[in-house]
Amino acid sequence: MEKAKRNGLVLFTDYQQGSAVKKAVTLTRDDILFELREAKLKGRGGAGFPTSTKWMLTAAAIADKKYIVCNADEGEPGTFKDRVLLLEYPELVFEGMVIAGYTIGAEYGFVYLRGEYNYMLKSLNDYLAMMRKENLLGKDIAGKKGFNFDIEIKLGAGAYVCGEETALIESLEGNRGEPRNRPPYPVNRGYLGYPTIVNNVETLASVPHIINKGGEWYCTNGTDKSTGSKLFSVSGDCEKPGVYELPWGTTINELLDLVGAKDTKAVQVGGASGVCLNQEQFGRKLAYEDAGTGGSIMIFNSKRSMIKVLKNFMEFFVEESCGQCTPCRIGNRKLLEGVEMIEKGTFTFGYINSLKELAKTMQIASKCGLGQSSPNSFLSILENFDDEIFHSKGNGVSHVN
Amino acid sequence: MSTNNNNHRAPVSQKPLKVPKPQDTTTIGSMISIEINEKKFSVPFGTTILEACRDNQIYVPSLCHHEDLCIAGVCRICVVEVEGMKTLQASCAFPITQQIKVKTTSERVRRARRHIIDLMLSEHYGECYSCVRNKNCELQNLAGEYGVDGFTFGHPEKPVFEIDRSSYSVMRDMNKCVLCRRCVRTCIDIQEVGVLEAVERGDKTKISTFFDRPLNDVICINCGQCINRCPTGALFTNDPSDEIWAAIDDPKKHVVIQTAPSPRAAIGEEFGMPAGKSYTRELNTALRRIGFDKVFDTNYSADLTIMEEGTELLLRLKKKLVDKDDSVKLPQFTSCSPGWVKFIEHFYPEYLDYLSTAKSPQQMFGAITKTFYAQESGVNPEDIVTVAVMPCSAKKFECNRPEMTDSGFKDVDYGLTTRELAKMIKEAGLHLPELPKSDFDDPFGEASGAGLIFGATGGVMEAALRTAYELVTGREVPFENLRIEACRGFEGIKQASVKLENVKTEWKFLEGVDFKFVVAHGTANARKVMEMLKAGELNDVHFIEIMACPGGCIGGGGQPIPTSPEIRKLRAKAIYEEEESLPIRKSHENPHIAYIYEKFLTDGPCGHISHKLLHTHYTKRGDFIV
Repeated sequence: MEKAKRNGLVLFTDYQQGSAVKKAVTLTRDDILFELREAKLKGRGGAGFPTSTKWMLTAAAIADKKYIVCNADEGEPGTFKDRVLLLEYPELVFEGMVIAGYTIGAEYGFVYLRGEYNYMLKSLNDYLAMMRKENLLGKDIAGKKGFNFDIEIKLGAGAYVCGEETALIESLEGNRGEPRNRPPYPVNRGYLGYPTIVNNVETLASVPHIINKGGEWYCTNGTDKSTGSKLFSVSGDCEKPGVYELPWGTTINELLDLVGAKDTKAVQVGGASGVCLNQEQFGRKLAYEDAGTGGSIMIFNSKRSMIKVLKNFMEFFVEESCGQCTPCRIGNRKLLEGVEMIEKGTFTFGYINSLKELAKTMQIASKCGLGQSSPNSFLSILENFDDEIFHSKGNGVSHVN
Repeated sequence: MSTNNNNHRAPVSQKPLKVPKPQDTTTIGSMISIEINEKKFSVPFGTTILEACRDNQIYVPSLCHHEDLCIAGVCRICVVEVEGMKTLQASCAFPITQQIKVKTTSERVRRARRHIIDLMLSEHYGECYSCVRNKNCELQNLAGEYGVDGFTFGHPEKPVFEIDRSSYSVMRDMNKCVLCRRCVRTCIDIQEVGVLEAVERGDKTKISTFFDRPLNDVICINCGQCINRCPTGALFTNDPSDEIWAAIDDPKKHVVIQTAPSPRAAIGEEFGMPAGKSYTRELNTALRRIGFDKVFDTNYSADLTIMEEGTELLLRLKKKLVDKDDSVKLPQFTSCSPGWVKFIEHFYPEYLDYLSTAKSPQQMFGAITKTFYAQESGVNPEDIVTVAVMPCSAKKFECNRPEMTDSGFKDVDYGLTTRELAKMIKEAGLHLPELPKSDFDDPFGEASGAGLIFGATGGVMEAALRTAYELVTGREVPFENLRIEACRGFEGIKQASVKLENVKTEWKFLEGVDFKFVVAHGTANARKVMEMLKAGELNDVHFIEIMACPGGCIGGGGQPIPTSPEIRKLRAKAIYEEEESLPIRKSHENPHIAYIYEKFLTDGPCGHISHKLLHTHYTKRGDFIV
């Protein structure tokens, strides 16, 4: 563990292993939900659903079993912050799950671990074994009579779509990983039909600190609507790529300075499914209410060809769509073909406009978040880099990938 | 605890997500008021938006939705706006559990639907006029309704997939597939066979079989239920009508046709008539005008089946109860449904001894035609071509089984479905509903109503009971107008019993026996019955009827498309109504049956001759394709 190297506000600060669980079991369910609501914690996977609401709904559901699922299927291109949390701060993630179990009355939790992360499996399982020994898992946890909880790690098989919570549950059940219809939502009918919380690694990791220091303290960082801190996975054309913990509300310019990015032309916020911003937009804030993200920040300097960047994203979605619904399965292929036409110069503006209309349909008519967000980069790159793509000589600048 | 230890061979994931509707709609909270297109409606809790719209005469298009199947929500054609939600919602998959406001034809909705149709067409290869589903295609209809007059996002110029023509029954042209997955859900949910599944991912997704093998090389039972639910021409039957036309045109050939009970109760639908009316005698005229030399009634051989299968059952009972022979297997299962036969051969091969050895009516007729009929009419059996009009795609496989040659020739040359026959009638320039009526040909002219009701689930059981009860007790079955209601209706598995009292002296061992029977339809229910049998829950049952298709033969894989619970109910009604108008309603009272046992099958039911011609054996297939 190399925690000393990391500096942060919440997650990358000192934490006494087991302290939050020990404190949580002295509190009531309502106290914990209250602190979470005070903290205004929102889902860190990118969608930003209020965590306290999700937990409250699951807590209120009547069922003989409930489940906690930690979504560690970190698959969004350009995201690698969960890897750091799992490798260096597993206590935060697992204890967040234990506290969730205590709060909603679940006795079992799964970590759905990205298949490519199977190299961590042993160390994570060792850590769980250690927690069992320390009575932070198992029966009567931390001396709380009747509070039993255990965690099992399940490996994904490499499908991006399994990061979508209902597809994740399908995969967990042993089925083909495809999103379910919603409603009903997992908080009512999730794993095996039981109420289930699916939270991102980072969301769960934030919980122990909130329990220890309180919701009010948590709100001292960030903006009014985006409280606390966020881990950003920074990659691309910069001197210091890596994982940064920054308060919500940091502007893109501030972030670019921090990571030593020079000559930046474009910043893709939120991974392949996010939006691509140009220089004029670098004053925007990283926050749910402005430029929201699950953490992926990709930096492109002036040498990059934006049409190639876009092509790369679209190729990704053509392959990673689950293939279930029409708009996403065929729509992404059509968008990719459009990008290839632009690349070759065989397009018509009329057709590109039809594709933009199609992209808007995909955003509202696709079955799940994948198809609803896959056109984001298509629309934002064509709009924000209109000059480069359609009006500069030779169709774009240099063709460095 | 985390592993999902069930034996389902494909996901049943969307099933439990249906919201059950309230039993009693008068209780508080059971009805919800909603607004559709600014009009107010009150609907039961849990109704989907699509159901709510259709119940109130608001048309919302759909494609992946099918009344018989669980929810999928994948095609997205039925999207609507729900106030307060950012994205459009699939109305087929959205249960109403709170007050909502819905818009079904807003600008966003219309544009999305048009886009979805354009996208489907961009991957749908083929021209409508050369398609088996021309004028009865849901994709074609949608394109018409949404004014598609060009291919916005292109149209494939070349096919991508080779057509799978390997099966005797079901053909697959995946170039026309729109991935609605109705076939997948049909195969796994209704039939619990599961040979079809979506494979690959993204734009490579396709519907395929185990390791992409051809259909004759997987454990398909040929029931054709997938065809009935395919919205396009991606799935269709192996059509022999060209060969049949050629035989008709060949002056040397004597072409005879037998028509099963179910096609006549449904074929009107192919000519635009509403479901629920039989065209038995109009059909006879049509067949003669097409050029068939003789038109026979499969109900005749259904009567023969009752005699053979009924006798077999009584013999089994005698061996078990009197001779105390424990090697005799009871309950006895019916064997008329070739889909069911292949199902049990694959999935429960160790139970094949429970299956009646009697051939199906189709195959009995073929064997009799090329022997007895040839003899009586003086036609060389070599020149006889036998065609069977069936509601069924599995019958095509059945007539091609290698063991079905007991007459010395291929007993039945061609199995023809209701749909394919309708096409032949149209090709012959005939409009069926307008034709004059005519009767079946001798020597099998008359058949009993018992044979007719074979078409509906429970019909074989009812027919068998009418004969067996009377044989044993000397009295008619004790039910008003011979209606054995316990056999009728569409419940998945029906169980009942009839007490045998004051029996004839030769059946004394049956005195006081409570004759127990089970009726099931759809192989998902068949599987349940087999599991009950395995668990020892059916030890005291005597006879079990199983039909592979939902509703029995009237819902067969060769019947007119579309199908729905309502349509199947109407077809069954047509059969039961026609049955009551017939003069003879018990198989053993059919004089032509008495005649054949007197003249030809001289050592009686289950005798040597009938064993050679009318009984068969089965193959222990298991997971292997033999």
